[in-house]
Amino acid sequence: MVRSADDSRANIENRMENRIIDQQLDSLRDKVLLLGGKAESAVLRAMQALVNRDSNLAQTVLDDDKIINQIELEIDRMSVEIIALYQPAAHDLRLVISMAKITPVLERLADHAGNIAEAVLVINTEPELRQFPEMTIMSDNAVEMLRKGLDAFIAEDAELARQIIKQDKVIDTSYKKVFSELIGMIINDPATTTSAAQLLFVAKHLERIGDYVKDICELTVYLVEASIIKHSTPDRT
Amino acid sequence: MSKISVSNLDFYYGKAQALYGIQLEIPANQVIAFIGPSGCGKSTFLRTLNRMNDTIPLTRVEGRVLIDGKDINEPNTDVVALRRKVGMVFQKSNPFPKSIFDNVAYGIQINRIHKDKADLNARVEKALTDAALWNEVKDRLNTSAFGLSGGQQQRLCIARALAVQPAVILMDEPASALDPMATQKIEELVVELKKQYTIVIVTHNMQQAARVSDKTAFFMLGKLVEYNPTEKMFTNPNEKLTEDYITGRFG
Repeated sequence: MVRSADDSRANIENRMENRIIDQQLDSLRDKVLLLGGKAESAVLRAMQALVNRDSNLAQTVLDDDKIINQIELEIDRMSVEIIALYQPAAHDLRLVISMAKITPVLERLADHAGNIAEAVLVINTEPELRQFPEMTIMSDNAVEMLRKGLDAFIAEDAELARQIIKQDKVIDTSYKKVFSELIGMIINDPATTTSAAQLLFVAKHLERIGDYVKDICELTVYLVEASIIKHSTPDRT
Repeated sequence: MSKISVSNLDFYYGKAQALYGIQLEIPANQVIAFIGPSGCGKSTFLRTLNRMNDTIPLTRVEGRVLIDGKDINEPNTDVVALRRKVGMVFQKSNPFPKSIFDNVAYGIQINRIHKDKADLNARVEKALTDAALWNEVKDRLNTSAFGLSGGQQQRLCIARALAVQPAVILMDEPASALDPMATQKIEELVVELKKQYTIVIVTHNMQQAARVSDKTAFFMLGKLVEYNPTEKMFTNPNEKLTEDYITGRFG
């Protein structure tokens, strides 16, 4: 009995730093990181394509969709496998669950980038409109929020995640400004309707991207603290 | 009031201390799982709950174990009655070399619980039914218990414990020697039995603890590290040591 106690003391000292499940979790994390990078790049390129009237760039965003869907399927498979074969608990479990839940969020986020790219293809066939500073601010904020949101998730930084959630309001405010500007433009000059309507879609997609980043941040808080803050924050506008 | 209330419990094998200041409340009609690496004291602690350690020479217990508010270590405690009230099922099934019927009837008979032969038969049937074994053995009650499979023998031992109307059942790794199907039956049985009994189960199988228990206690080096609702223990334990153990970082 006493000797067994010594054994278990030795066991603590021989901590297993490399469990089999760690390799699986690392691969899963890498895949999610890859998907996050793809989603971020899609949003960035879609907005560049809009600013630079670059239809070729917009097309690359649409072409990436298949790859992103493929990665989503792989992450789904890996998550199920880890749960079935390794029975993760505690932080391991929360990691797998949050990876599995962040994946469709990233995929949908990339879909919104694709929708922006489609709008860009239409806008580029119309005469160029004057620039909207507020749209650029909104876009910069959304991209910045996304980048930081993914960093917070990977670094498991719940504090940063909570800060980012608050930033969503800034995007919502920008959205309202852009919306009234574009409506004003359509009223003043009906010839701009096609482009302005497409830009309204773009603004809406950016606003949705902000919401998705909020979801990512809520998952980060869950991953780190095991507390579910979803639906406890003020509702989306 | 807790069914079992343990305070400042120390336990010694000779000079070697095996348990340190255990403090724990076990509510009635719940399943409590004890987990921890080998030698952590969980089985020793389990055995302090019905004084099974008394059978080991040179052991000593300090502190209090109250069951239904009564200190079981009081000198005037009727240890036989205590063990009837706090039944035990072991890792390896240990039926008596008797018939299936006699295995269950034995405790009823020596404790004179039954009124007559018909009552005895009824009590044996009830115990076997509660242990989810009746349908499998009702046509062979007078055959040897050794003719049963491992899982059936274990359920027979549970029936034997149930027959003397315990309030608490202690189970020391009751399914560790069984195949997955037999294990599942024992686990279903445990969940069913908690309606009538308070159950404490020692297990090395983390998933088993997660599946069957309401609360889990994690022991390490003779100390109770953490005691919390099972879903809390397996999703977000308070202690780093608990997390490291249940995620297989040591043990």
